[in-house]
Amino acid sequence: MTKRFGGSVAVDALDLRIAAGTYCCLLGPSGCGKTTSLRMLAGHERQSSGDILLDNHEVSGLPPAKRGTAMMFQSYALFPHLSCLDNVAFSLRMRGVAKAERHARARGMLRLVELEALADRLPAQLSGGQQQRVALARALVTNPAALLLDEPLSALDPFLRGRVRAELKRFQRELGITFVHVTHSQDEALALADLVVLMRDGRIEQQGTPFEVFDAPRTAFAARFMGGHNVIALPQGLAAVRTDRTLLRPPGEGAVQAAVRGVEYTGTGFAVTLAGPAGEEWQALVGEAALRQRPLEAGEAVGLGWDEQDLRHLADST
Amino acid sequence: MSSSPPDRRPIGRPVAPLLQAAPLALVLLLFFVFPLLATAVVSLWNYTEYSLVPDVTQRNYVEMFEGCSNLSDGLCTTFRTYLSTLRLCAMVWAFTTLFGFAISYFLAFHVRSDTMRMALFLVCTAPFLTSNVIRMISWLPLLGREGVVNQFLVGTGLVDQPQDWLLFSDFSVVLAFVHLYTLFVTVPVFNSMMRIDRRLLEAAQDAGASGWQTLWHVVIPLTKPGLVIGSIFVIVLVMGDFVTIGVMGGQQIASIGKVIQVQMSYLQFPAAAAQAVVLLGLVLLVIAVMTRLIDIRREL
Repeated sequence: MTKRFGGSVAVDALDLRIAAGTYCCLLGPSGCGKTTSLRMLAGHERQSSGDILLDNHEVSGLPPAKRGTAMMFQSYALFPHLSCLDNVAFSLRMRGVAKAERHARARGMLRLVELEALADRLPAQLSGGQQQRVALARALVTNPAALLLDEPLSALDPFLRGRVRAELKRFQRELGITFVHVTHSQDEALALADLVVLMRDGRIEQQGTPFEVFDAPRTAFAARFMGGHNVIALPQGLAAVRTDRTLLRPPGEGAVQAAVRGVEYTGTGFAVTLAGPAGEEWQALVGEAALRQRPLEAGEAVGLGWDEQDLRHLADST
Repeated sequence: MSSSPPDRRPIGRPVAPLLQAAPLALVLLLFFVFPLLATAVVSLWNYTEYSLVPDVTQRNYVEMFEGCSNLSDGLCTTFRTYLSTLRLCAMVWAFTTLFGFAISYFLAFHVRSDTMRMALFLVCTAPFLTSNVIRMISWLPLLGREGVVNQFLVGTGLVDQPQDWLLFSDFSVVLAFVHLYTLFVTVPVFNSMMRIDRRLLEAAQDAGASGWQTLWHVVIPLTKPGLVIGSIFVIVLVMGDFVTIGVMGGQQIASIGKVIQVQMSYLQFPAAAAQAVVLLGLVLLVIAVMTRLIDIRREL
């Protein structure tokens, strides 16, 4: 499917299959078209061309509620004038479900997210994490086939983010429905996803399991965006080596030469920042014992090497 | 030895804040509290054909409600006047609210560019560009017996003869009020609407709400503070009006403002003051009920 806004193409010929019950993360820098893709899935944007199928049913022309998807909005978009219970029961109310039944079902959802005690509070009286769970309950109350989450963790503080992340994964596993999660954080994608879809400029740059995408980046962009890689220009073209697989050798040895910029203690080891001959920024993770054996000083010259099996040749030339 | 405390400001008599608040307090005292008190005091005075007599008498209030306890002869003049005023007020309120809400909705949710929004908003203020008198006189050639509207209606054969209800009637009074006061509803309602997070509308749509359901369950509840503020403006303005009702109603329609004006012209100041105090009480009561329904302080 393709989405054009006026003259600019936001999402270009996106072709993606997500297996049922998958936790899929659309990952990419801002402006890469991941949110637009999600909104097209949800039915809040109309695609300029192409089709959207859910369970092999064409849903492109259907309004959001008829698609069997539910969306959890960035910063949640809870109705400020309704209690948690009424927020969760909102979509049932729109469908004309009787009050007693919709409240019972909404209470059930609140129980699932462990917020039953706060059912009568207004959203403004809840913490960020609690609001997030109300939004989740609201999205799940109609038993959607797919839940679409737009940057669900970005409004939370870092401490809460980790906990909520674990909860999201647990809900997805327990409910067994498809989650499509938009994020710009590779940590989030690696931690949560069964399928990572890395996007760039409205196209899919690479997709696969978190391990595939992280361990074997296809392009320099993928390697740089996922992090933990050194992109090195070799005679046979660009290649990437994971920072923890980059080995420091004495000067003159190894495949490329570099100068030590600085050494940072990371707790579990040391991160050695390096400058390449053309000003490239590299990094090598060195174990405590290894560094103690051979201390490094800033400005020192070193060689960089790696096991041949750790070298990933990249598709792009620059 | 003990040294003097580092903070030497006198405790308990901070003068600066009082001085800062003084100008506004003075203005309010002089132009708000004093006239109100004067009105209340004068409403207890006595009067003759040619003089005011300082006194404490219930005469003005008693005369105002004379015969009102006896409902068998129909309503007394005061009650009938209040009823007529309230009826006008209710009609004007209904129309200004409806139009104000519709205009705000269009401006807030359908107009995309801010420039266009501002331009259209300025167009809404057009009724205020001319003076009140000219504005009302302008209705005459439009709505009169030989007016443009009647000529058009007769000319196209929609009616057989010129319609009299167009001018000097409830219709023309309500029309003039609505023309003028819709803006007073539009502004606060628009303000409330602009604060609504657009994602809430999408969330409602995502939950399967139709356009009307979104309007009823999301937009209107979140616009209530603006609606209440606008309603207060309209009710206060219409309840106290005598010029528009006088001119547009051909001096035929009873209103409290008109009664007060007439009493003033006969120099019955104490009677007029008593009317004003009762009117003030009634309007305050209406506002109290409305603010009880919605906590507008939260929005201001």
